Amino acid sequence: MELIDAIPVRHPWRWVGAAVILLVVILAIQSMTTNPKFYWGTFRTYVFDVLVIQGVGWTLVLTVSSMVIAIVLAILLAFMRQSDNPLFRYVSWVWVWFFRGTPVYTQLLFWGSVGVLYPKIILGVPFGPELLSWDTATVINATVAAIVGLGLNESAYLAEIFRAGLKSVDNGQMEAAEALGMRRSKVMWRIILPQAMRVIIPPTGNETIGMLKTTSLVLAVPFTLDLTFVTNALASRTFLPIPLLMVAAFWYLVITSVLMVGQYYVERHFGKGVDNVMKAPVKVPPPAAADPIMLPRGNNLA
Amino acid sequence: MPDATHTSAEQAAQPVTVKPLVEIQGVHKFFGDHHVLKGIDMTVKPGEVSVIIGPSGSGKSTLLRCINLLETLSAGRIYVHNDLIGYREVNGKLHDLNTKQIATQRREIGMVFQRFNLFPHKTALQNVIEAPTQVKRQSKAAAKLKALELLEMVGLSDRANFYPSQLSGGQQQRVAIARALAMEPELMLFDEPTSALDPELVGDVLEVMKNLAKSGMTMIVVTHEIGFAREVGDTLTFMDGGVVVESGNPREIIANPQHHRTKEFLSRVL
Ligand SMILES: Nc1ncnc2c1ncn2[C@@H]1O[C@H](COP(=O)(O)OP(=O)(O)O)[C@@H](O)[C@H]1O
Ligand SMILES: [Mg+2]
Repeated sequence: MELIDAIPVRHPWRWVGAAVILLVVILAIQSMTTNPKFYWGTFRTYVFDVLVIQGVGWTLVLTVSSMVIAIVLAILLAFMRQSDNPLFRYVSWVWVWFFRGTPVYTQLLFWGSVGVLYPKIILGVPFGPELLSWDTATVINATVAAIVGLGLNESAYLAEIFRAGLKSVDNGQMEAAEALGMRRSKVMWRIILPQAMRVIIPPTGNETIGMLKTTSLVLAVPFTLDLTFVTNALASRTFLPIPLLMVAAFWYLVITSVLMVGQYYVERHFGKGVDNVMKAPVKVPPPAAADPIMLPRGNNLA
Repeated sequence: MPDATHTSAEQAAQPVTVKPLVEIQGVHKFFGDHHVLKGIDMTVKPGEVSVIIGPSGSGKSTLLRCINLLETLSAGRIYVHNDLIGYREVNGKLHDLNTKQIATQRREIGMVFQRFNLFPHKTALQNVIEAPTQVKRQSKAAAKLKALELLEMVGLSDRANFYPSQLSGGQQQRVAIARALAMEPELMLFDEPTSALDPELVGDVLEVMKNLAKSGMTMIVVTHEIGFAREVGDTLTFMDGGVVVESGNPREIIANPQHHRTKEFLSRVL
């Protein structure tokens, strides 16, 4: 047997393209490094500044907690939307309509001023006795307001992504599971949702990275510890906006990269059985399996 | 488990007093204005293999789906093991069963689909243990033991850790049969189980079904495999246009169809 050793098709224009891109990158780097107005010294001073690092931390906290809230709500909303119960479907629809239909900045302003609208949170019987009450300002402080505001808004967008994901799963899956006697909620959770995740994750990764940047709107609450607010404050203090913009951009890029790595692993987890099936165990069948006398039912070694 | 010792001949000689496992009485089904089932009557005795044939669109799938409540009836009654399917009858008035009660009824009825419908994110073994562990709350170890037995029975013990996408159609269908059997149903429904398979893979699946029939399982099988009907079937029902045209001993009907529509259909599939 002679193995084929063909000469691959040449792609000279790829090399030309690569050279052009490389040149542009070199010029850009050169212009950025040699242009004194970038104040790279200032960049170096502030990039690991305690305030900046804290800002990175708070931005991460806001991003992760609001996304967790949003994902939990979105699953609930998407399940409700597919429910037999018309009340659930209606509530889910209205929720999405409202939170998608108003600007997130407005919603953050609202959560920031809940304390003004309702100074006390009271648990009790309507028109009856009070059971418990709290000062709103202590329960909904700026952090809670920012996280709740971002999370609720995002849940509406994610709910649509999750709904699309659930719809992408073949109807036969629901029928097969129900025919086995599984309850609908169990089918959704164990059979439909895990398969839908393949469709849901890429746009949700998108939304998470979007959320990372949306956290800069929390000054509406006002919440003043996130990366954008801190670097802006440092910029006005030092009168050097450019290097501090660079600091913020640097950290947003770092976080985005980390999130993308995370997404890769989550995608791999939910792609099992469908993507990369070659990675699953492929056991060599025992010799007897090929023997029709040993296995009268036959055994397709497909 | 039904008596495992019946042969077809003994089955035919059984006195008619044997209580049927499945009783279908005057079943109608509408999809909107579309009258799909027009008064179906049918009984299946325990341990019997009832084969349904008929042209595409005659309502065979719809009938099977009514039996395990994937569709609701428009009229008529279906009893499985004396249980009215889908409803509770109180003073002549029907009340819908709730989802929990429906799920309970379905556990007694296994279903095998034309397109397998295995769970693609689970291995063959995980597919088989899913319902026993999640619905019957069996321990994972016990369910696994039983599942491996079932996979062995369908000739796939060496494929337990394979995902459906790594299996041929015939292998997937055999896993699907094992998955349905894992719930230990008293009735198995097959909706054209070999229609989506390459011709050379059909034999293995039919072989598994034959062995299942021999073990005494009550089965309702929609198929175009006339050979299977003749060899394994205890009764053959020919449906066309939502009605039962002819029903009886498979060998007699195949050899000597009484109705011209049956004759015409058989001449096309044989
Ligand atoms: N969910 C549905 N909605 C509307 N019509 C349907 C539906 N399911 C089946 N039908 C119609 O019912 C008829 C019988 O279908 P089916 O039971 O699948 O036939 P068979 O299995 O014998 O080929 C067909 O005309 C089909 O179009
Ligand atoms: Mg059909």
